[in-house]
Amino acid sequence: MTTTASDSFIRSELIQPAPPPANLVGPWGWARANLFSSPLQIVLTLFGAYIAYKLIWTFVDFTIIRAVWTGADRDACLDEKVGRSVGACWPFIWAKFGQFMYGFYPVEHRWRVNLTYIVALALLLPLLIPSVPRKALNAILFFGVFPILAFILLHGGSIINPWLSVIAWLGTVAAFGLLIVHFVGLSEKALNQTAYGAIALAMVVGGAVAWRVLGLGGMEVLAVAVLFGTIAALAIGAMENRPLDVWLVGGGIAAFGAFVAFALVRLGVFNAPALPVIETRQWGGLLVTLVVATTGIVAALPIGVALALGRRSKMPIIRFLSVGMIELVRGVPLITVLFFATYMLPLFLERSPDAMLRVLVGVSLFSGAYMAETIRGGLQAIPKGQFEGAMALGLNYPRMMGLIVMPQALKLVIPGIVNAFIGLFKDTTLVSIVAIFDLLGGLRAGFTDPQWASPVTLYTGFAFAGIIYFAFCYFMSRYSIFVEKRLNTGRRR
Amino acid sequence: MTDGTLPARGDVAPKVAFFNDPKVRSLIFQALALALLIFVIYTAISNAVTNLTNQRIAAGFGFLDQTAGFGISQTLIPWAESMSYGRAFVIGLLNTLLVAVVGIFLATILGFVVGVARLSPNWVISKIAYWYVEIIRNLPLLFQILFWYLAVLAAMPAPRNSYSLFGLFFANQRGITAPRPVFEAGAIWIGAALVLGIVAAFVVRSWAYRRQAETGEQFPVVPTMWGIIIGLPVLAYLATGMPISFNYAEQGRFNLTGGMTIIPEFVALVIALVAYTAAFIGEIVRAGIQAVSHGQTEAGRSLGLAEGRILNLIVIPQALRVIIPPLTSQYLNLAKNSSLAVGIGYPDMVSVGGTILNQTGQAIEIIAMWMGCYLTISIVTSIFMNWYNERIALVER
Amino acid sequence: MKRIVSTIALGAAMSFGATMALAQTPGRTTLQNIQAKGFIQCGVTQGLAGFSMPDSAGNWTGMDVDFCRALAAAVFNDPSKVRFSPLSAKDRFTALQSGEIDVLSRNTTWTLQRDTSLGLNFSVINYYDGQGFMVRKSLNVKSARELSGASVCVQTGTTTELNVADFFRANNLKYEPVVFATADETVKAYDAGRCDVFTTDASGLYAERVKLQRPDDHMVLPEIISKEPLGPAVRHGDDQWMDIVKWTHFAMVTAEELNISKANLDQMLQSTNPEIRRVLGIEGNNGEALGLTKDWVVRIVRHVGNYSEVFDRNVGPTTRLGIARGLNALWNKGGLQYAPPIR
Repeated sequence: MTTTASDSFIRSELIQPAPPPANLVGPWGWARANLFSSPLQIVLTLFGAYIAYKLIWTFVDFTIIRAVWTGADRDACLDEKVGRSVGACWPFIWAKFGQFMYGFYPVEHRWRVNLTYIVALALLLPLLIPSVPRKALNAILFFGVFPILAFILLHGGSIINPWLSVIAWLGTVAAFGLLIVHFVGLSEKALNQTAYGAIALAMVVGGAVAWRVLGLGGMEVLAVAVLFGTIAALAIGAMENRPLDVWLVGGGIAAFGAFVAFALVRLGVFNAPALPVIETRQWGGLLVTLVVATTGIVAALPIGVALALGRRSKMPIIRFLSVGMIELVRGVPLITVLFFATYMLPLFLERSPDAMLRVLVGVSLFSGAYMAETIRGGLQAIPKGQFEGAMALGLNYPRMMGLIVMPQALKLVIPGIVNAFIGLFKDTTLVSIVAIFDLLGGLRAGFTDPQWASPVTLYTGFAFAGIIYFAFCYFMSRYSIFVEKRLNTGRRR
Repeated sequence: MTDGTLPARGDVAPKVAFFNDPKVRSLIFQALALALLIFVIYTAISNAVTNLTNQRIAAGFGFLDQTAGFGISQTLIPWAESMSYGRAFVIGLLNTLLVAVVGIFLATILGFVVGVARLSPNWVISKIAYWYVEIIRNLPLLFQILFWYLAVLAAMPAPRNSYSLFGLFFANQRGITAPRPVFEAGAIWIGAALVLGIVAAFVVRSWAYRRQAETGEQFPVVPTMWGIIIGLPVLAYLATGMPISFNYAEQGRFNLTGGMTIIPEFVALVIALVAYTAAFIGEIVRAGIQAVSHGQTEAGRSLGLAEGRILNLIVIPQALRVIIPPLTSQYLNLAKNSSLAVGIGYPDMVSVGGTILNQTGQAIEIIAMWMGCYLTISIVTSIFMNWYNERIALVER
Repeated sequence: MKRIVSTIALGAAMSFGATMALAQTPGRTTLQNIQAKGFIQCGVTQGLAGFSMPDSAGNWTGMDVDFCRALAAAVFNDPSKVRFSPLSAKDRFTALQSGEIDVLSRNTTWTLQRDTSLGLNFSVINYYDGQGFMVRKSLNVKSARELSGASVCVQTGTTTELNVADFFRANNLKYEPVVFATADETVKAYDAGRCDVFTTDASGLYAERVKLQRPDDHMVLPEIISKEPLGPAVRHGDDQWMDIVKWTHFAMVTAEELNISKANLDQMLQSTNPEIRRVLGIEGNNGEALGLTKDWVVRIVRHVGNYSEVFDRNVGPTTRLGIARGLNALWNKGGLQYAPPIR
């Protein structure tokens, strides 16, 4: 069987593929593949579609179609007054909106809260957008400066006095220490016992005058005593023509500074508060939710870093303490930690701290322990070579961690941190159990207002709070996924 | 301290200040940490002693023997107001365990359904599963518990118009009521028969597997097992003269009387916990199944296995290895989250303990008991799941 | 050696200084503290209509609130110099013990345990109350003794919880307790149909009834199953402050007895009646004996009013609560409110 080229048929180009059968392409084909591929699938599809339709319709019908949009009190939302089946009672939300957002924060001061939000956004957005430069400065501003600013804005009160007290306190301690260093450093012959006696006498006299005559107390007495002692020592030194001792002069300056600071505090020179104090009891609603969640996450970072490093430390006691702390907190529910902070912590302290502060301590401890595990995950992902490289360069431990390891590890755990924040944001609702009114707590308090008692009030409130919580958490989880994808591409390259 | 002999050249380590010696340093750091810890604990204790003296609260667990005097709505063991705080706490603990066990069981089932649905080829089903997970995960659990509680109460009728099934089961705002079995003398044999049945069923199973391994013959294992487990107690029931009777619920003046009731707080709590945890388990299951290489399924098909068997024998055993560790932490989360019962007044350990704390002021003791119980639950669950994880782990030759 | 001895000597002197520094200045009295900070910190409920309730703007009203305002009026001549701490039943005693608040005016029942072992001092009874039951009218219940088998909604951490257990035990009745942490949750659950009965102090029943979806469908049963004397409490160990709290209440009662009210105060100041003149501080110096000013009663009445004005304004028959004076009428009108003479 021979064939010649002429009577044989050889296709010289590829045949155009025939279009797929009409029932496999286009919307119909897609539907066949994804919705109706078998009888079982048809049933499932119809069933699912029915459920989805039911749920979505119920929600839309309640929140929009049958909803009441305006009104002054419950009469606007009662079926018998309106004459139809009523859906969501939105006027209830309008009337209580301030309470849900700010709690009992005085109306004329709510601008402070809004300003805090604006500053927070202005600092946070550039931190979250990867392409904006100066991340380090931004992070310092957000994690270091912003909390102080937020405290001053939200809580109010004198700005200078508390810091002045701290300065005075530290100054006294420093002066006392320097005075001791001075004497320890003196040579055998430099001072005779008379001089010692004179200095001691000066201190006792100074302290007694401050205590008895001036009626001062606590650290102030010590500051005065140290000041007297330093002056006496300086005077003796001058009489004996000894050169000025650096420690002594430093101690004297510190003691004098502390004395002046104490005097300023006591005389109330800077008493005039910049902003009136708004006690934390008056805070509430979304404000508390955000304050607790943000404080929790900001405080969790240092706690988490410390515990994570402690857990990987080679020192057995430190490691044991860190592991114990992490596992203890992670093994119990948040609510018991909150109970601990609310009911047990005051017993362990001399004075009971503010209720909000107690809750913040509990939340920070809790999220710190979880953050430690997140960060530990990041640390474990850093190759050993990085550690060895740092050591080979002669970096000490803080520098190795601070300059080489942590920046890489923290970058890896950004999605984990955002997820922790989502968790914390949701867990914040628990503070309402220990009588702090967050958004959910405010909502529950709002339900009991007789002015708005109606059958739909409850569901309206739930719809409102649900939308807020969902919007926040969904946005943040999207962001976390976005960062995760970005990190993955970075590492694949 | 030189003893006169000079060390040989080269043996001398470069002279470092003692505080630069890593060993000394580590010792100093640890001593400092320890000292700080001791100082903090000492201060805390001395403050606590002062405060407790001022508030005239006696420290110690002596209060557990005092009469409680309050009522509890759900008790697994008998309870009366005249019993002690200690027993009240145990009732709370049992209620916590009940919610945790029921919740874990149901959440696992629903979670696997959600996980499989997420991967369903059916677009509608996978989208519904996706939005279920997104919505549930992004709402606070306490919010969901409160919602379900009020929704359950709103959906149910008043006790006088209960929904009824055959006149035996009722559902209303006070809970779900079923006939309560009353055990008479001889009922113990039925229990014994049940235990015996379960043991026998597993003996049969291992025998059947061995036989299949040796001869290749198959044996209807599952029906036989169920037959033994159900059949033996039924036989015992008939043989001992039917010693179990039922106490049926009747319409009382306010509530149904008699029968046994599942209170609505329990129902709402379980629904909320299961729905919430299932969303997380669903994602874990999805990730686990996706982690099994597609080649495994294809290999299964080329061996001629049915789709069900591929899933059962090839995909799930491999997926489980990925699933178990995160699943464990979800189980622990569920157990811990059951403490939110306090929000709706279900008498779990936290809410009963809270009442005791309130009546006696023994904050330290109660909180220590809570933490101890939760830590024990966590540790036991972890140990069990680790054991299970090791059992199913890949055995490498 | 000399140096060591000298160093020790100096160290001793320094520690002396340090010890003196740590020596606390003697504590100030509660009144001095209040005057120094410029306001009274008053513990109230988280919202109980008629007793202490914030409106949407955070302004508090109610009997317990008015009592604190009367204290502020007596101390500062300004009823607004008071700050309110909303407290749950659980937190209230801790808050007082720890010094977070100066006075607890949070319709709290006076019991022996609380007066002694919790470190509180109850001063006076400014509202005589008792625990009652509320049910749906549709249940056709006429007496609490018919409540066998009922589900009872009750708030935890209160005397109510223990009273109700005692009541059912004493009468051999069965009940199902349904316990909640806050009053709001308890009422909400009752309203949602979780329970047949809601129990708390009778005043609280009326106060909570107005919050229900349909208040008219519910009724309060006639039985009062307990004595609930409600009054302000202070910390142990400061008698002067306790005296002020005590006599502020007595001043309001005496003012009612002598018919001195906000409206006729200025006429009364012209009165020749020696008793009125003494009470209003025109004669004698009773106020100074308390550590206040002579015109302390005038301040209280001018800014807050007498006892009946406070009662009627907050819980009386013309308000939504509609509570009759009953036991809280003056002693000479068949009630129990009786004030020792101010002289």
